[in-house]
Amino acid sequence: MMYIYLPIAEVSVNAILLLGLGGLVGVLSGMFGVGGGFLMTPLLFFIGIPPAVAVATGANQIVASSFSAVLAHFRRRAVDLRMGTVLLLGGLLGAALGVMLFNYLKELGQVDLLVTLFYVVFLGIVGAMMFVESLRAIRSSRRGSAPARKKHTWIQKLPLKMRFRTSGLYISVIPPALVGLAVGVLAAIMGVGGGFIMVPAMIYLLGMPTKVVVGTSLFQIIFVAGFATMLHAVSSGIVDVVLAVLLIVGGVVGAQFGTVIGNRMKAEQLRILLAILVLAVCFKLGLDLLIRPAELYSIGAAEGM
Amino acid sequence: MRFLALILALLVAPPLGAEEVVLGLSKDRIAINTTFDGSDILLFGAIKRETPIPEGELGVVVAVAGPSEPLDVRRKERRFGIWVNVDAVEVDSAPSFYAVATSGAWSEVLSEVEDLRHKISIPRAIRSVGAPSAVKDAQSFTDAVIRIRKAQGAYKINEGAVELSEQTLFQTSIRLPANLTEGAYTTRIFLTRKGQVVSHYDTVIDVGKVGMERWLFDLSRVDPILYGFMSLAIAIAAGWGASVAFRALRAG
Repeated sequence: MMYIYLPIAEVSVNAILLLGLGGLVGVLSGMFGVGGGFLMTPLLFFIGIPPAVAVATGANQIVASSFSAVLAHFRRRAVDLRMGTVLLLGGLLGAALGVMLFNYLKELGQVDLLVTLFYVVFLGIVGAMMFVESLRAIRSSRRGSAPARKKHTWIQKLPLKMRFRTSGLYISVIPPALVGLAVGVLAAIMGVGGGFIMVPAMIYLLGMPTKVVVGTSLFQIIFVAGFATMLHAVSSGIVDVVLAVLLIVGGVVGAQFGTVIGNRMKAEQLRILLAILVLAVCFKLGLDLLIRPAELYSIGAAEGM
Repeated sequence: MRFLALILALLVAPPLGAEEVVLGLSKDRIAINTTFDGSDILLFGAIKRETPIPEGELGVVVAVAGPSEPLDVRRKERRFGIWVNVDAVEVDSAPSFYAVATSGAWSEVLSEVEDLRHKISIPRAIRSVGAPSAVKDAQSFTDAVIRIRKAQGAYKINEGAVELSEQTLFQTSIRLPANLTEGAYTTRIFLTRKGQVVSHYDTVIDVGKVGMERWLFDLSRVDPILYGFMSLAIAIAAGWGASVAFRALRAG
């Protein structure tokens, strides 16, 4: 047993457990092309890391896993830099808003509820949408007809149009900026990169081709998560770098294996598996809100001293 | 005020001086390093007296308290079908760690009055005054702090854990858990006869982070911007390094 004392979280945890946790989440993130923060942060809660530290450190860990993954996508030229930049500008604003909201609710003592509610709502919506969509895709591919891409006429009518060559799109910058903003808020509040919501939004809302979606999402997540890390570190000093390093080392190794596994599976199968995983996490967290907790009281450091 | 207290102490001191505690500690400084996994402190001592052994049951009580801090204690209630924090009470001061060990049954070694005066038992060590008027059962919040911290192993009572031999020598060991907060841990030893405190001895055990733990913690407080950039640089280097290493591994 190798225990390590975390200087910011102020708890002693098993280093092997953290490496394993990072590795497990890394495999999943490599397989599905998501950061895996939506799994990592709740898992850190379970092993006793203070929630605020888990969220802030999660953002730091996402920078590493996304950076590692985006390199592979750059080599395949599967990153739409222009689209990524538009998403990023929205994302930075969103992350700033998210950290403000996070700190405000921390003072009110409702930050745990906020984080859990965000998880339940977003994982529920995204999981259900992906599940239905991939079932439909599997069925139609069996019938032999290609799934028709939806035309979002209202999106086509918005002003400020821009040409995104890599994605082969000519659309307004407003929808991607808004998607970026929403994901930025999530990154700050949930300690996630937001890939699980960004990827479906890019496919279904913006109509981007699947092959550039993951790389572009990763590209902008690096900056948004990095920005969120800085904001958390400066506003409340809750980023634990020792914890982050352990998760990163496990995570980047796991992600490489995950990518290999992911390349051998069909896209629809991958999506339906991810949908099931997302729904399972959502269900578990939702249950905790509905069932009477064993301990009704909780202790927090007094604010405003 | 201090002068008055001194005179009072001098007046009261002689009868108390009949028996006196002499204490030794296995260590008076605890260093939290990377592999810190809790620590045991051995407290041993003797009772010094220049008169024959007085009448009455002898007792020794040892109390180790971590740094105190104000806490917000919140209680969940069911609202709109889900459990949310509703009422909150601020506990003015609660130690982050508190362990009491006695040489015998609690009621025998310490009277209620002495406990109140010296604030030795766990409920007495926590101070809570101002509960908002909306909350009627403020006591249940203090009880919750004790219950939760006992379950975490941060608060503990060990009745009979102090070994007392020949009415002169005593020793006990106190386990400090792995998730220790930094600060000065006040250690108090009370010598009692028939539940009355006849002598007490106070000392401090210093608990502090050392080495890398110290450096990282200080940096995160003193220069959070540098700390943030360092965290990001480490993250990117690790991500890039692992990617390169893995590709090299697969290529060759």
